[in-house]
Amino acid sequence: MNGLTLGCVYAVVALGYTMVYGIVQLINFAHGEVVMIGCMVAFSVILALAPSGLPPLLIVGAGIFIAVPTCMAVGYAVERAAYRPLRQAPRLAALITAIGMSIVLQHLALLVWSRNIIAFPQIVELKLFYLGSSPATSAAISNVQITIILTSIAMMAGLLLLVHRTKLGIAMRATSQNPQVAGLMGIDINRVISATFVIGAGLGAVAGVMVGSYYGVAHYQMGFLLGLKAFSAAVLGGIGNLAGAVLGGILMGLIESLGAGYVGDFTNVCLLDKVLPGFTEVCERSPNASLFGSNYKDVYAFIVLILVLVFRPSGLLGERVGDRA
Amino acid sequence: MGALAALRADPRLKWVGFALIAIALVALPFALAAAGTAWVRITNLAILFVLLSLGLNIVVGFAGLLDLGYIAFYAVGAYVYALLASPHFGLHLPWWAILPICAAVACFFGVILGAPTLKLRGDYLAIVTLGFGEIIRIFLNNLSEPFNLTNGPKGIATIDPVRFFGMDFGTVTSIGDIALSGTIKYYYFLLAVLLVVIVVNLRLQDSRIGRAWEAIREDEMAARAMGINTVHMKLLAFAMGASFGGVAGGMFSAIQGFISPESFILTESIMVLSMVVLGGMGNIWGVILGAVLLSFVPEILRYTVEPVQRMLFGRSLIDPEVIRMLLFGLAMVLMMLFRPAGLLPSPVRNRELRTGRDDDDDD
Repeated sequence: MNGLTLGCVYAVVALGYTMVYGIVQLINFAHGEVVMIGCMVAFSVILALAPSGLPPLLIVGAGIFIAVPTCMAVGYAVERAAYRPLRQAPRLAALITAIGMSIVLQHLALLVWSRNIIAFPQIVELKLFYLGSSPATSAAISNVQITIILTSIAMMAGLLLLVHRTKLGIAMRATSQNPQVAGLMGIDINRVISATFVIGAGLGAVAGVMVGSYYGVAHYQMGFLLGLKAFSAAVLGGIGNLAGAVLGGILMGLIESLGAGYVGDFTNVCLLDKVLPGFTEVCERSPNASLFGSNYKDVYAFIVLILVLVFRPSGLLGERVGDRA
Repeated sequence: MGALAALRADPRLKWVGFALIAIALVALPFALAAAGTAWVRITNLAILFVLLSLGLNIVVGFAGLLDLGYIAFYAVGAYVYALLASPHFGLHLPWWAILPICAAVACFFGVILGAPTLKLRGDYLAIVTLGFGEIIRIFLNNLSEPFNLTNGPKGIATIDPVRFFGMDFGTVTSIGDIALSGTIKYYYFLLAVLLVVIVVNLRLQDSRIGRAWEAIREDEMAARAMGINTVHMKLLAFAMGASFGGVAGGMFSAIQGFISPESFILTESIMVLSMVVLGGMGNIWGVILGAVLLSFVPEILRYTVEPVQRMLFGRSLIDPEVIRMLLFGLAMVLMMLFRPAGLLPSPVRNRELRTGRDDDDDD
């Protein structure tokens, strides 16, 4: 269940990457930072409203309500200031700009919210539900997790509707296929690209709130690793493909949680065939010593990413993309 | 312009110029030591960063492969040195034996990274190399259990200093009445290594290999059509870049005497990359300029920003470290927007920009 929740968050963040990539072929490195800013803004709002005695759900709602426009503004500003002038430039230039933007956002956030780890207020009381007869043997799921999963599903469905049913969605798809021709057809490409960034940032903001309330902590550097994993998820599913991003995100969450849980057991040197020769002394010191324990959980995302790129660069659901530099 | 060109063409003046630069470089540590020993140490770190930038320049500048995990090779070099010359395993090999091993091991890792990623281009490659850098760091952090290889986050301490003909680089030596502190000795040592690396780089750039890299950077398909073995050449770029990084890492170990995974975070990779970008990808002198600038400006800021803030607001509002990082980020964005070829663009790119105009100062 942790994996599924985490996977939903990754999926929502991955959607932001994949949308931008689909349209301008740019890895928006700053997207992870946008998520972080969303989390931080929501945190500030929630902290400010917490003593007011409003119902908790309303406070969280207010947090999201303010975080989303903030992130949208940030996303728009980044696109306008840094990416738009470079649209015709070599991709290396755009990529380096994106990295630079991400550093700038990260440290601006550091200035505002300090470098300490912030405890995200848990104002909604945590309730555990058990999927089975007795708490000891069955899987547990909390109300926060349920909310995260449902919200993500709603947002994904909303996005799919937007892309496939509305005029803006049609314009977006046309632009991603061929910007020049789309422009000739009377589509304002700049507006569409801005809209993509703004929508992606809005999704990111909600994802930020979800991450914050799930882990209970926020940090100015949290966006980086999260962004990287979400990007890996987008690649896993096939970048530029919305359904792929969702699938990739959920898979990534599951891989990470299960990997952290089970690979540690499989490589537990003290259980492998009783005790592996040479490790007797280690096992006496710490009976649960394993070669790859849960402290390696961040590695799995990268390993999956590398494997996917090597064996199936177009991702699970991706179409073949030509060798474009 | 014509007179300047004539002056440049005069070979004697060239040598006079070299001699002046050499004298300045030899005298530099003493001048800096007068301002404070810290500045000599900062200079040493700057030279290390120049070494790193030159190594990364091979991969990014010459061959056009964006590597965001370059610091991993630096880390590998540093750990190889630390393991072979510290009480951690009780090994104390001399530096001249270890540095080649650092280069070789880093080179091996470069090939490991290069081989599966050869098919990838541009941004995918960037992400994979970034992931690779993180993987190396996570492993360094965790390889203390069950077998203690890297001593985990605590790092490895009391690494042997360099010893040269019985001269210990960790202590003060007096030659005549000049006292040479350890840092100053390291300065000369680094300078010598840097000289070798620069010469190797210059020769490499004009060699068959250098031109092949350039061709791959400009158009991989065309390069292949011209009979360049792109697979070998790209692997070679990774391997060469990595071994320079490994040597720099080994030196870092020796100078610091202590290393931990903390020193090899992603920020460092990005810092080296911004040095290369700022100076001018593909131009050796530009890269050196970029590395020197980005090493010194933050240090100067560190010494000026705080007093200025105290003067203006009565207390330190903004941490200089934050300003440094903001500066890096902004430098990268602004450079890409306004001067994408860097402060000193590579001559090839310059020539491309100038085609059509007659220029006679090209010797």
